[in-house]
Amino acid sequence: MQTNPLQQAITYLLTKMADDALILGHRNSEWTGLGPIMEEDIAFSSMAQDKIGHALGLYSILHETYHAPDPDQYAFLREEKDYLCCHLVELPIGEYDFSLMRHFLFDHADALRYEFMEKSSLEALRPLSKKLKGEIKYHTLHANAWLTQLCSAGDESYARMQSALDYCFPLALGMFERREEMEDRLMDEKIYPGEEQLKEAWLERIYPILVKSSLNLPDPVNTSPINGGRHGYHTQHLQPLLNEMSAVFRLDPTAKW
Amino acid sequence: MINTKEIYKALEQVMDPEIPVLNVLDLGMITSVVVGDDENIEVRMIPTFAACPAVGFIQGNIKSVLEKELNRPVTVTLDKEIIWNSNRLSEEAKEKLRNFGLAAPQRHNGDGYVEIMLQTPCPHCNSTNTYLRSPFGSTLCRAMHYCKDCGNMFEQFKPVE
Repeated sequence: MQTNPLQQAITYLLTKMADDALILGHRNSEWTGLGPIMEEDIAFSSMAQDKIGHALGLYSILHETYHAPDPDQYAFLREEKDYLCCHLVELPIGEYDFSLMRHFLFDHADALRYEFMEKSSLEALRPLSKKLKGEIKYHTLHANAWLTQLCSAGDESYARMQSALDYCFPLALGMFERREEMEDRLMDEKIYPGEEQLKEAWLERIYPILVKSSLNLPDPVNTSPINGGRHGYHTQHLQPLLNEMSAVFRLDPTAKW
Repeated sequence: MINTKEIYKALEQVMDPEIPVLNVLDLGMITSVVVGDDENIEVRMIPTFAACPAVGFIQGNIKSVLEKELNRPVTVTLDKEIIWNSNRLSEEAKEKLRNFGLAAPQRHNGDGYVEIMLQTPCPHCNSTNTYLRSPFGSTLCRAMHYCKDCGNMFEQFKPVE
């Protein structure tokens, strides 16, 4: 995949977005059969399916336009260091409060990414972004409804949501980790507004819902983001997940499904 | 020269595997039908949801039904320029959905879905005394509602912009 610097930057951008969707999709699917109530089992399973479809859409653009391998091979056969997902999506599902808060924080950022990308100068990305933006509205609708309800459901559920927010927030800031050499090129070409602008828009988007839920947002200026993923440094949880999700594919990478 | 009307007629036989009362035209999945100089047929289609697991299956069904009915080679490709949205469902399709026991998607104007999904009419008793129980259901295109009048849960083909 040796290409010019702009193509490298585009590959970086689409890969990190797709890897986030692929990994969070696999994590969400771990709720299948385990959801606290049936509707939530179905919701996390449906969102898992959506996310994997979104990853496929992005990997397909990479394959068709930017010389990346076939989407399945790209998704399943890379080495850990070549994945660009953020740490937030890598963590195991934990308790439901963690998974719900991760879903809330991630999907609002994801929705914003596609809202911006719908107007990107990169033509190949616009129709897909419009489509995914419409689908993700259901993810944020779901997250907002549960967050506000659980925060008014009693002391224990409120306390658990606050502690989930405190725990997830530095990880969520890691979604916006910058890689300047890539970002500057993308911003020059008006492909993408840059992580800093996305982060600001995200904080504005989540703030009113947190207020409505009476949750206290940790101070974004004095919180150190948990970075690394966009540079290929990952948590101890990613490699076991990659092993598991690619186990069948690796048995015979040339099999026709 | 084959008439495109005949092709559309044949397409009416290709049903959605998850909602078997709707064909691919009802769903607004077909974006163009072209007959080449060599009389080969090219059909372009779009999936409803990005992660729809039935796309490949429907693609194959279109090909085999048209080849059987019209007796000439057919290619079915995915149209990347046009995006499906639920306003593409015809009024006739919405009627078929209701008869099947699924609430139809409300027309949307691209805004949020929360407001338009309140008081979705119950396909069993037509009451609008209903609430959205979950925006996700048994397939990606469905949401779940509850009817406070007849006491039934029901599913809706949900609006998507």
